[in-house]
Amino acid sequence: MNTHKILIIGAGPAGLETAHQLKSLGLTPIIIERSDKIGGHLAQWDRLFPSSDNAEELLERLKEQVKDVEIKLNSRINHIEKEGDIFHVTLSNNKTYDVSAIVVCTGFDLFKAEKKQEYGYGIYNNVITNAELEKYFKTHQDERIDEPKRIGFVHCVGSRDVKVNNTYCSKVCCATALKQACEIKDEFPDADVYCFYMDLRMFGKGYEDLYLKAQKDFDIKCVRGRVCEVSENIEGKLVIKAEDTLLGTPMKMTLDLLVLMCGMEKAEGVERIQNMLNIKSNSDGFIESRDIFTGLNLTKERGVFVAGACTSPKTLPETLAEARSAAIEVFKYLSIEL
Amino acid sequence: MIVEGKQKIWADYQKDIPDDHYFYVRSCIRQSFFPGSEVTFLDITRNKLGKDFYESAYHTTCGGIAYHSDSIPQETAMTIIARQFALMHESGYENYVCSCITSFGCYTETLETWHEFPELEAKIRQYLWDSCKKEFAKPKYLAHASDIIYKFRHEIAKQAKYKLVNVKTGKPLKVVEHIGCHYSKMFPSKGFGGAEYPHVLVGMIEAWGGEVVDYPERRQCCGFGFRQYFIQANRGYSLSNTYKKFESMEPYEPDLIITNCPGCPYFLDRWQYVIAEQTGKTYGKNGYGIPALTYEEVAGLVMGYNPWDLGLQMHQVAIEPLLEKMGIEYDPKAKYKGINNKELGTPINPINIKLI
Amino acid sequence: MIDFGFSISKSSHIKMDDVDLKLFNKLEALNPDIKTCMACGLCTATCTAGKFTDVSFRQIILMLQRGKEKEAVEKVKKCMMCGKCMLVCSRGINTRNILLSITRIYNEQNI
Repeated sequence: MNTHKILIIGAGPAGLETAHQLKSLGLTPIIIERSDKIGGHLAQWDRLFPSSDNAEELLERLKEQVKDVEIKLNSRINHIEKEGDIFHVTLSNNKTYDVSAIVVCTGFDLFKAEKKQEYGYGIYNNVITNAELEKYFKTHQDERIDEPKRIGFVHCVGSRDVKVNNTYCSKVCCATALKQACEIKDEFPDADVYCFYMDLRMFGKGYEDLYLKAQKDFDIKCVRGRVCEVSENIEGKLVIKAEDTLLGTPMKMTLDLLVLMCGMEKAEGVERIQNMLNIKSNSDGFIESRDIFTGLNLTKERGVFVAGACTSPKTLPETLAEARSAAIEVFKYLSIEL
Repeated sequence: MIVEGKQKIWADYQKDIPDDHYFYVRSCIRQSFFPGSEVTFLDITRNKLGKDFYESAYHTTCGGIAYHSDSIPQETAMTIIARQFALMHESGYENYVCSCITSFGCYTETLETWHEFPELEAKIRQYLWDSCKKEFAKPKYLAHASDIIYKFRHEIAKQAKYKLVNVKTGKPLKVVEHIGCHYSKMFPSKGFGGAEYPHVLVGMIEAWGGEVVDYPERRQCCGFGFRQYFIQANRGYSLSNTYKKFESMEPYEPDLIITNCPGCPYFLDRWQYVIAEQTGKTYGKNGYGIPALTYEEVAGLVMGYNPWDLGLQMHQVAIEPLLEKMGIEYDPKAKYKGINNKELGTPINPINIKLI
Repeated sequence: MIDFGFSISKSSHIKMDDVDLKLFNKLEALNPDIKTCMACGLCTATCTAGKFTDVSFRQIILMLQRGKEKEAVEKVKKCMMCGKCMLVCSRGINTRNILLSITRIYNEQNI
């Protein structure tokens, strides 16, 4: 068995966990990563919902598990050729690998906030993204965050929105918003913090507790209604408009900081890999699984597996669970089918 | 405010329009509201820029007012538009430019609808034949007249005699730009700069030396709204929208408002009088209002046209403070004289807003 | 001033910058459970008086947060204090006590 090599595309949580499990099963995983860092989006995050666990600690654990795995950073796939059940893979540095299976763990991109022009990201100074706020929590360096007195969070930015061609829910933003709202309130206890949501999708273990904690202990004010437009007044403060849909009345307020909860989109450039592997996209633009019940880690192409947010928006625990199940699918394929 | 962010959007929303040979159609109402604007547009394009802009005496309204007031069905409006396109075709033109924003919206909407529903276009073709014995060709390019001035803004700046600069202080004038809703709200890709941060008027202001004011209610409609204005009892809606805009722009102390719609400059001008007479409030300095001008009027002013030839005496808000800021020479006694020095009569000075 | 037959209407926008939440904060300090409302509407659905008048506990709380104090207090007057809303509330909010607090706090200010 250990003669089988498996190529894992992407060194984010899904790729790392898949590699670790394959290694434990006696196989030889090789991870390739196009960036110069291990960890994907997790490496950019400070704390994780629902209980504000330390992101760096989790990443260290994941890294520790793969310390014996070959990881090629700054690598892209140039070419894949399938011969029987073997994939001949050529990387950007012309290094070649013959592998028996490929696990696509390419993850997601955060929605580009500037596409929602009405929110003025990149135009109005104090409009930031969820990722930038997370970076601030890590570094405490962002001149836009200067003792804010009133802070707003906009949920569903780039999700559930036909205008940006993303009609799906990105799943993680509701919980992230309330987590970040509590954390920023913790930092600036005098600030009023508003969350503008359409539905609060607090579906997982501990999420509803987070919602209750946000209301009770952190006094986070949830307003049901999407922000329609952002502008700047003469003092440089943000002016936002939304409807309080529970009251049925439009409202307007000035803010010192607005955080856009950018959702998940398919990773840029992943089509190139899909074309090489002959795997299709689903209606949301992510990679299509063979089926969502018993073939979540499979694709229609023999020997090509998927794990994590490359197939749809996912939480971190879901991604890690999928990575483990992908390893089992690969093991089963190599030991029974090949 | 990060200007680079807007510049990126402006670069993304550029549209391809030719620089010559247009069939020009006028607006129903602009000729009475701003009698100098359209003639100035034709004079600038034909005589100052040397371009071919043709108009036909046979063209009519686009039907937009009736369409937006719910008094004619869409098919009727489309047949009127088809007749206009037939006139363009008969005159040997392929590029269509209209003076009115609502027309621009109607033309864009019609062309897009025909594109999506070719059977409707075929039906309208039949209606036009049945009613007028005419056949039409769709324009190759559709532009709003402000797109043309935008396209030639730098050439106009080269020929300019005056700038949007206060000659006493040397500082740029603070200019509010107001875009007609039907310019790009329905079809953002059809407008220079898109719908959220249109560049069409901003480009003119910057090219002619002014400073653009971006205030919180910039995207807000002027409130014209057709039915909201046509019925007296509903005019409060219209007035309230304009009032909201003025309250929002007030802290910036704008020197001038520039618009590209027939309705907007009319209401941004006349409602200042109504607001003043109802509340006592004026938004300019020393009891004056803020002049709300069309883009042709502003182009005419910077190019050195006589303000009274531009029809600026037809504005409710006195234009003189602006002329003085820009250092434009004018004859106060000629303000209410028409062609051949005909006396037009002098309006009564309102109580709360200075006219003279 | 001239009568034109029409006039400037007041905008229906709630201007949160102008909303004074002094009294609501007092109410909230006395009844912290008020914060946990998730707007499910059980209180209103089950309300005895709400079928015949415009009383709605959910709306009262929201209106107070948005500065519509007079309308909210007017609604409170129609409550029959039967306690059904307290019985059903899935967040366990002590609605009866909140209604009594509203009456006291806002009545003191003649609202």
